[in-house]
Amino acid sequence: MNAPALAAPAPQDLAVAPDLPDIFPAAKPRGRVWGFVRRHPAIAVGGALVLLMLLMALLAPYLWTVDPTTLATHRRTREPSAAYWFGTDMLGRDIYSRVLFGARVSLIVGFSVALLASLAGLVIGIVSGFIRWADAVIMRIMDGLMSIPPILLAVALMALTRGSVGNVILAITIAEVPRVARLVRGVVLSLREQPYVDAAVAAGTRTPMIMLRHILPNTLAPLTVQATYICASAMIIEAILSFIGAGVPPTVPSWGNIMAEGRALWQVKPYIVFIPAVFLSVTVLAVNLLGDGLRDALDPRMAKEV
Amino acid sequence: MSGPLLEVNDLKKHFPVGGGFFSGPAGFVYAVDGVSFEVAKGETLALVGESGCGKSTVGRAILRLFDITAGQVVLDGQRIDDLSADKLRPLRQRVQVVFQDPFSSLNPRMRVRDILAEPIRNFGLASSAADLEERVAKLMDTVRLPREAVNRWPHEFSGGQRQRIGIARALAAEPDLIVCDEAVSALDVSVKAQIVNLLQDLQKELGLALLFISHDLAIVEHMTHRVAVMYLGKIVELGPKRSIFAAPKHPYTEALLSAVPVPEPGAGRQRIILRGDVPSPVNPPKGCRFHTRCPYAFDRCRIEEPPLRPLESGHSAACHLHDLPQAENPLARNRLAAKSAGAAPVSPPFLL
Repeated sequence: MNAPALAAPAPQDLAVAPDLPDIFPAAKPRGRVWGFVRRHPAIAVGGALVLLMLLMALLAPYLWTVDPTTLATHRRTREPSAAYWFGTDMLGRDIYSRVLFGARVSLIVGFSVALLASLAGLVIGIVSGFIRWADAVIMRIMDGLMSIPPILLAVALMALTRGSVGNVILAITIAEVPRVARLVRGVVLSLREQPYVDAAVAAGTRTPMIMLRHILPNTLAPLTVQATYICASAMIIEAILSFIGAGVPPTVPSWGNIMAEGRALWQVKPYIVFIPAVFLSVTVLAVNLLGDGLRDALDPRMAKEV
Repeated sequence: MSGPLLEVNDLKKHFPVGGGFFSGPAGFVYAVDGVSFEVAKGETLALVGESGCGKSTVGRAILRLFDITAGQVVLDGQRIDDLSADKLRPLRQRVQVVFQDPFSSLNPRMRVRDILAEPIRNFGLASSAADLEERVAKLMDTVRLPREAVNRWPHEFSGGQRQRIGIARALAAEPDLIVCDEAVSALDVSVKAQIVNLLQDLQKELGLALLFISHDLAIVEHMTHRVAVMYLGKIVELGPKRSIFAAPKHPYTEALLSAVPVPEPGAGRQRIILRGDVPSPVNPPKGCRFHTRCPYAFDRCRIEEPPLRPLESGHSAACHLHDLPQAENPLARNRLAAKSAGAAPVSPPFLL
């Protein structure tokens, strides 16, 4: 019971209301790691897996790998063994090394697209949520982009340029921006009608400050959640682009490229496709788990617990 | 200047409805359609009426949360409805607002300190960082919340406490007038009483004028000096609280008052049940807007719209019945009948 705290002395010259029976909730003791895992299992599992993948990609050169691009025609298509943990592909390259280095491409593309698409979508969404004439123009463009499936749009954009990781990131970002912009615009439109925004207007706050202080912080929670989904979707699109030969150049080891090269041998050497596919699935699953967990946890009323 | 603090002249706000991208609006909602009243310094004017009658729109128009369609809003002798945003901003300090919903009226991502500091900073009221801190702490005292709570987030407070923070935010600007838009309607009864008492005390201490928008007649009778009754975007009756509650001069007010529950068992009063629904504000009825539901309507009401005109000192109503001879006026007749029957027709001790 925190009742005594409420009996703070009020100065004599000020009006006071009767004492309140209300009770402040006692501050929760700071949860330990286990407490956090129990409250947010999705974040814990997803986050741990993503972290594992990140470490794996970062430390790839030190994890008993060899150069993933070295060709060795004398040991092509070896089955997984003690020497070649995941076997070798049809050009004799070590698949274990290629998968670990390939994680770098997937993660860089996933995180870059999530970041860029969120930033661009945030700016576009806030502008069109606040400026009516801009909204009419921008949202028609976004509708146009959204009418094309993101994979097709990315393929079309890649056809215009030469394959590189940077261009893949750009193409997928353009394909993903409309979804973020729509989300942010919707959130902004509903936030604009909130009484606290009206109160801020009545309190003389200028429009840019209202955007910055009252609108922006309240869009971040849904945006973060959307960003994780975009990250996962970008990884899949990158793998698809590589798989159909429209993504990163074949010289760069990426999960999509490894699968593309193993496709011809699928019936005799399924592990070449299978292993990178498992890594891709686990990573995407982990990112999506993280997103689900964040969505549940970032409810403003539970913000304190995160 | 010794005029009224706030003067609203023939205020109109029409919202466009329907229409496509290229065509104009298909029609208008006549949310507020010619409303005039004054609020004196330190006075409470209650704006009452059922949902959708335009009372909140009047409040938001006074706050200039949107541009009005026609009419004037005059604050202390200066028109504020046609000022540019930049010219208006310093004047906003004088009119603040407390909203109905204590949950959506506070930004969930701001600490109480920042919520209270925002108006102080915007209007440059604090001379230093220490002064700002002192003002915030004083505001917490004023609304009877512990000073330490300034570091907390809004979601850590109960509804009544949050409403206190909302009141403190309105007070932070040191206004002359606070628009209380259903400020206590969302609170439960005991908290409601606390907030009403707080508002009354603050009014006495600080000489605040209140525009108290409410549909709760019990609270209104407890709080206010004068009452304006709205129906479908118009004021149908305006007068001192005592004379409106004792002798309503409009059939709508009479019906509203008859709907207030009486806390004494057995002391039921004659309810006046209005038939039909409120007509749509998109297509308000011709003549008197109330004639579709008025139990006393006669031919003239369907053709001619009655103006709001003074009947007694400070008490005006918009009704043709007052042109009839005294003996034929059903409003006067009902009152006489009630008096002779010995019922308690006026000011029952409403529970808050």
